[in-house]
Amino acid sequence: MNWQDHLPALLLAVPLFGAFLAPLTNIGGKGLRNAWFLLVSAAITVLAFLLWVRVGSSGPLVYVMGGQAWNLALPSGMSIPVRILMEVDAFSAFMVLLSSVAALAGAVFSVAYMERFSGMEKFVALYFLMVTGMFGMQVTGDFFNFFVFLEISSVASFGLVAFWRDRGEALEAAFKYMLVSTLGALMVLVAVAFLYSRYNVVNMAALGKVIEWGMVEKTALVLFMTALAMKCGSVPMHMWMPDAYAEAPAGVTCALVAVSQASLYGLFRVCFTIYGSFMGSPVIPWVIIVLGVLSMFIGVSMAVIQKEIGRLIAYHSVSQVGYMLLGFGVGLLAMGDAKAVADYGFTALKGGVFHIVNYTMYKGLLFLAAGALYYATGCRNLNDMGGLGRKLPKTMALFMIAAAAIAGLPPFNGFVSKLLIYESTFAVHPILSVFAMVTSVLTLASFVKIFQSAFLGPQLKKFADVKEVPGFMLGGMTILAVAILFLSLFPTWSLNHLVEPAAKALLDQASYIGAVFASAATGGGL
Amino acid sequence: MIGNFPYLVVGILFVMGFVGIIFEKNLVKIAIAVSIVEAATNLFIITLGYRNGGSIPVWTMAGGGSSRMVLPTPQALTLTAIVIGLATTALMLSFVMIIYRHYGSLDVRDVRRLRG
Repeated sequence: MNWQDHLPALLLAVPLFGAFLAPLTNIGGKGLRNAWFLLVSAAITVLAFLLWVRVGSSGPLVYVMGGQAWNLALPSGMSIPVRILMEVDAFSAFMVLLSSVAALAGAVFSVAYMERFSGMEKFVALYFLMVTGMFGMQVTGDFFNFFVFLEISSVASFGLVAFWRDRGEALEAAFKYMLVSTLGALMVLVAVAFLYSRYNVVNMAALGKVIEWGMVEKTALVLFMTALAMKCGSVPMHMWMPDAYAEAPAGVTCALVAVSQASLYGLFRVCFTIYGSFMGSPVIPWVIIVLGVLSMFIGVSMAVIQKEIGRLIAYHSVSQVGYMLLGFGVGLLAMGDAKAVADYGFTALKGGVFHIVNYTMYKGLLFLAAGALYYATGCRNLNDMGGLGRKLPKTMALFMIAAAAIAGLPPFNGFVSKLLIYESTFAVHPILSVFAMVTSVLTLASFVKIFQSAFLGPQLKKFADVKEVPGFMLGGMTILAVAILFLSLFPTWSLNHLVEPAAKALLDQASYIGAVFASAATGGGL
Repeated sequence: MIGNFPYLVVGILFVMGFVGIIFEKNLVKIAIAVSIVEAATNLFIITLGYRNGGSIPVWTMAGGGSSRMVLPTPQALTLTAIVIGLATTALMLSFVMIIYRHYGSLDVRDVRRLRG
């Protein structure tokens, strides 16, 4: 019996345990609570890394909760899995790995950033609950649990967005986010009910095996897509995103970016693994592509005109999500046609997958850097800032790395994933890559604007006693900066070992489904 | 026809809640509308699992030798969904309370400091 067999369960149990013990550690004082916060965050990163290594070496991992054996998916001759299943394939493991890095960076940053505030034991508890929900969405093999984990991560993040409840704006943002999320989660539930009414299963692999293309399935797919596109911040339901991201404490926003990626994960799990090649028409891929293009363009054009640093960066999230939707949409369009996949589909998927990890890293770093500026100066408005490069040289250096990466300047990682997306979308229609490039130019313009107005210029008198931010905050930012530099300096390694397995797993519907049903033959060893 | 009646009710409730969320101006009424959508969803799942003349889905207690039972899974799903719904409603109402303290109004047209 190898303890690593239980990695999927541990991945959920450890943050859950961390959440419930957080208020108790607070009795031991601030030091103990912070140590617990860091310890559990580091532990889940290690677990996520081990899980990723294991899935990379031995293929999709199926884990059964509450059965006689962890790998007994089909007990006593059942033809469908009835227990609570978790299934981790290369794409899930990839998502888990990058979300855990973002969560770790957010946690390290928050230790210093949130020091001035009370109620931190609740903050830590909610933070870990949010992380549990996020991991749950990424490793579950069952639609109903997907809904439950979606709600866990959403409810915890409502609390975190509204953490500074002395600011009316934070409550307003949290309420907006809550309306969109709750409605989205209920749509997911209705979609699950539709599929259940037709096939009597809620297991993803079992559904993927039997699903056909009919009215009920179409309705369910539309509900899933609407709900999950709303949750990941695509246009036209993007308005919660700038509000929630800008009003949440910076460390939380860094993790929230990863949480919204979990919704994106759900969207692609549904489209690729459940419907996949059964999808009878190109309408759905084209809808995703059009949503992507609109998100890119509207997001970036709203960003250029913002004056508040948090909102500006948050509008860029909308446009960056557009890139991923575009990449995955083109990949979905090509799915089922071997020639199209080889020509451009697989490149588009690689671009989309690579962009997910790049986006999570540099966007997290940008939000943390914006939080550091707020911590040091107390301002949010770009017009009030200036000359901060003299006072905050380290923050400026870290911000520069992230800004160069998001603008897609070579040799940074954003350049690689954007190039893959340009290249592949050009094969579908040149206008798509034109939109993508214009968006990239406007992205660069708006980050030049932040950089110029916050860091450059003469030193202002009101910032005379501004000091560099504390070590923990720099530490949190450094984690993400190191990740960005690693992805930038070793693009070939990243593409071959990180991105390609995940993109292949998305296209490989049969092995995801097969992993559950194969365990009936091999598993069952007590 | 009469068998589809519950679905009709569910549909009407769902649309009512949805319209409420979009068109109501009062935050408390929006919270109520969300609860209505929740209730519609729960009713929908329960209705899916109902079998005409079925008994409770506990094998040892299904009296009268009847093997016809309602489906247990949707009931388990609904139970979970109700608990989650309770939590979100409670949190939503407490947000409404604090928003009222900050803005002195429950009208969505007044709660608009974040825009553009």
